[in-house]
Amino acid sequence: MKFRYLKNVVTLAFDADRCNGCGTCIEVCPQGVFVPAGKGSVTVADRDACLECGACARNCARGAVSVRPGVGCAYAILMSKLKRKGSCCGDACCP
Amino acid sequence: MKDKKELFPVVCCGAEAPQCGPGPEDNKAEDWDSTDRPWQIGTVSTPAGTVNRVATALDRSDVVGTWKARWGVGRMNYRIPPGLYAVGDPDRQSPVLVSANYKMSFDFLRRELSGLDLWLIVIDTKGINVWCAAGKGTFGTAEIVRRIEKVRLHEVVSHRKIILPQLAAPGVAAHEVQKQSGFQVIYGPVRAGDIPAFLQEGGKATPEMRQVRFRLKDRLVLTPVEVATVMKPALFLLAALLGLNFLSVILKGSPLVFTRLWGRTAADFLPFLGAILAGTVLTPALLPYLPGRAFAWKGWLLGVLWALAYMFYLAPGSGPVRTAAHLLFLPAAAAFLAMNFTGSSTYTSLSGVVKEMGFALPAIIIAAGLGAAGLIAAYFL
Repeated sequence: MKFRYLKNVVTLAFDADRCNGCGTCIEVCPQGVFVPAGKGSVTVADRDACLECGACARNCARGAVSVRPGVGCAYAILMSKLKRKGSCCGDACCP
Repeated sequence: MKDKKELFPVVCCGAEAPQCGPGPEDNKAEDWDSTDRPWQIGTVSTPAGTVNRVATALDRSDVVGTWKARWGVGRMNYRIPPGLYAVGDPDRQSPVLVSANYKMSFDFLRRELSGLDLWLIVIDTKGINVWCAAGKGTFGTAEIVRRIEKVRLHEVVSHRKIILPQLAAPGVAAHEVQKQSGFQVIYGPVRAGDIPAFLQEGGKATPEMRQVRFRLKDRLVLTPVEVATVMKPALFLLAALLGLNFLSVILKGSPLVFTRLWGRTAADFLPFLGAILAGTVLTPALLPYLPGRAFAWKGWLLGVLWALAYMFYLAPGSGPVRTAAHLLFLPAAAAFLAMNFTGSSTYTSLSGVVKEMGFALPAIIIAAGLGAAGLIAAYFL
């Protein structure tokens, strides 16, 4: 079963011109967002599955992928808005 | 873009690898010598010195430790001393695995390695699991490069490859590690259980090994900590209900009978208990079957079902004010708790959760506020 979160929200951007098709993004993505597109390139096949972990962007030596990395954790966002510093998740989420 | 990042310094959570949290500040030197090491069995000598060997079987204390951490007991200080370890009888050609120093990550890894001969580098992630530490950057390029040098890996093995858990990738730039240390990073499978098969195939992961799973079992092991987290607010609520019942009896001039007071408080708590379980246990369990995508919505739906069941079957005749208040408050509470499960899920993005909170949170606050006011008023009408 493949889970899907909200549609059309993620910040993932892919620049095909910079891509040399090394396939590292395909390898590191835990959600199967990228697929090979012939030789020398990849394509974003499942954008809404992206969880913005940032693995692809961090491991792209060519800078072809960009994403604002972060963790989709409501509790952490709430805490940061309430300015409780120092903890990402406190004890609550991220079990 | 940078501003956004600072607005939400969100750094951990999520993924099937459990546990994360605020890592302790690490400015002081750790006293690892006093750490109990029941998992250590003998040593192996290498050109770079003596290396401790790790057992691949878990004993009772490991199982108890895991159980405690799942319930949030002592999980912020559940760590393994960083360094180089041996599994079996490795030699200069043996593969090198890299892992986090969260004890549960370490246990789940070593129990899959029986019969294998390899090296294991435990890096200092401040006792945080691989996925969360990668998100924070503690499982990162710099720590890996530093640790490779510190354990003198160049002298221990003749090859120049290290195998990282795939879930470390958000924190590690493989090409940078190679540039700085000379070691090529190979991303292994997501799950430790796939490592033997991965090694057998000469370091090739199947697409299946690369995908995160979130099965019923994976979701349910995460629920105890959700329940443990609401324990405190739930006790406050219980105390508040007791106080309200007490006040209501006094103000109405009825005779004060303590057993009846307790009984009423317990009965009044039941609808909230149901809402808590709907948000913390049922929503995670039924996640793929509940309609819609937003977690708060899923929790709200279950909360409504519970509120309706409660009002028709368990406490009919509660009066219009209390009934309306329950209908407002209970689904809102379940929605809030369900929304908090986003951090434990494996597939929610920061952008998505921000969007979800944008519409869910105001609705929850309004509904819960009105509901709470109604509930309090109902005691005095």
